[in-house]
Amino acid sequence: MTTASTMLMPTAVARPLSQTLTIYWKEVKCEFLTRLRLRAYSLATIGFPVMFYVLFGLVLNSKDAAIGSTHFATYLIATYGTFGVMGASLFGTAGGLAAERGLGWLQVKRASPMPPFAYFAAKVAMSVIFSAIVVLLLFTLGVTLGGVHLSPAETIKLLGTLVLGSLPFCALGLAIGYFAGPNSAVAIINLIYLPLSFCSGLWVPLTFLPNLLQKFAHVLPPYHLSQLALGIVGGGQHESNWIHWEVLIGFTLICLGVARIGFQRDEGKMYG
Amino acid sequence: MIATLQVQEPTDKPPDSSEVAHLQGVSKHFGEVRALHNVDFSVRPGELVALLGPNGAGKTTAVKLFLGLARPTAGKVRILGGNPVQSEVRMRIGAMMQVAKVPETLRVREHIDLFSSYYSKPLLLEETLIIAGLLEIKDRIFGELSGGQKQRLLFALAVCGDPDLLILDEPTVGLDVEARRLLWEQIRKLVSRGKTVLLTTHYLEEADSLADRVVVINHGEIIAEGTPAEIKSKITGRRIRCLTRLDISTLRSLPGVLDVQKDRDQFEIRVTEAEPVLRELLRRDSAVSGIEVTSAGLEEAFLALTQNNNGDSMPSGRN
Repeated sequence: MTTASTMLMPTAVARPLSQTLTIYWKEVKCEFLTRLRLRAYSLATIGFPVMFYVLFGLVLNSKDAAIGSTHFATYLIATYGTFGVMGASLFGTAGGLAAERGLGWLQVKRASPMPPFAYFAAKVAMSVIFSAIVVLLLFTLGVTLGGVHLSPAETIKLLGTLVLGSLPFCALGLAIGYFAGPNSAVAIINLIYLPLSFCSGLWVPLTFLPNLLQKFAHVLPPYHLSQLALGIVGGGQHESNWIHWEVLIGFTLICLGVARIGFQRDEGKMYG
Repeated sequence: MIATLQVQEPTDKPPDSSEVAHLQGVSKHFGEVRALHNVDFSVRPGELVALLGPNGAGKTTAVKLFLGLARPTAGKVRILGGNPVQSEVRMRIGAMMQVAKVPETLRVREHIDLFSSYYSKPLLLEETLIIAGLLEIKDRIFGELSGGQKQRLLFALAVCGDPDLLILDEPTVGLDVEARRLLWEQIRKLVSRGKTVLLTTHYLEEADSLADRVVVINHGEIIAEGTPAEIKSKITGRRIRCLTRLDISTLRSLPGVLDVQKDRDQFEIRVTEAEPVLRELLRRDSAVSGIEVTSAGLEEAFLALTQNNNGDSMPSGRN
């Protein structure tokens, strides 16, 4: 028997930079349009955080309501913002990846000369865009109906932090997308997303949760993102921001590592 | 429009002009399952080769090997003078794969536009739409397309990069007769433009009507290879029914006779070619009557061939 020929990993094509940029741009555009028109995604990812914010942040709001020293409706922008960013990122990456990987579409794309990285980059970029949309909607609602006052600097910092904070959850989504089946992905995401949100104090402020849960929250990445966001509007537990960033960066790297194992396992199935 | 497309110059010949794609002693095992075993076959430039076999024969595995989506357990895969995982090789290949679900909320033209961007010299969007017969429905959302239209979009994604080699895995599966013929027409046009096409199918009729050369595969092994006419004669032969006073052993001894069976008072004689046997039959028994010559049903004969790939009566087309 002859020995198996050694296969090289896909090599980069000498494309002009402008063409590579065009591919990335079109990949992001198509991913965005696909998801925008997929109401199961766009309505849910935008609708749930907005609905929660309207119910808890606006309907239950009163002029003097506050959590600690932070105005109620402002506090909830940070926490429901984190909740919204998480949802947009997890469903945006894991949902699409698990389905396309499991049902053959990724294979069609891999057989084409598409740069493989463009595929993942588009999923992440699309999730970041949706995260920004959710946060901006919460801002608009809070400012117009909730009596929220944010300085331009605070607005930019809060938006920037939350949108950047979508990246750890995109990484988690890629990892889930590589290990979940096309039919189970949404259920698995929900089973991770919803308890994680609750335990991180995104629905109900952490101070209302039992002591044990308050402690437990410290190991949960959404807690750290919400603390960064709350810190900007003067709320939260007032811990060092470095801890939060370190946890989020570490978490991102671990998730990317897991996603990479999944990627290689798939490639192994393909090439092995 | 279509006329202008046809007068386009044929694309550049690949550097190694004797073969475009080649599986050399290739085996592919998935754990215990032997998907392909010691398969040798090649596709030459400008040729339309059909890889014919029933479901599970190993056709899709062969396609994946050619596309660099799987690595052979043993043997060598060469395509367009290179390795299928090299992007510059992929640039010159268009592939149509079997896919369970395509993103449904993109429009036809958006799908094509995206895939076109992967290639360095793609066709114009309009050209691709015309070739795939999608011009009228270019703004339709994928999820709203009929089965045939969906299949044509996958075909459009394969041709949009103006590749030299098209690899089409079961391009007409699930299509009705009319949609199938439309796609055949489009595939023929590509070959007339100098493209090389490798397609897999489990319809003998499809291989027969399209291909220059047919490779029959079953249980991961190639069991016959040749022109459609050769394959058909080798596979199917003819069936002569008649009334004769010759006995069954005499009939069996006639040259070119594969098998004889008695059906009530008639004989049913399976032969490779009808004419020599008929001549001999008439010479030996001038009273022979009720002669009826039929070709064995294509699908039926194909099934007989593939279900019996070790059968002794099977003429092997392998060189």
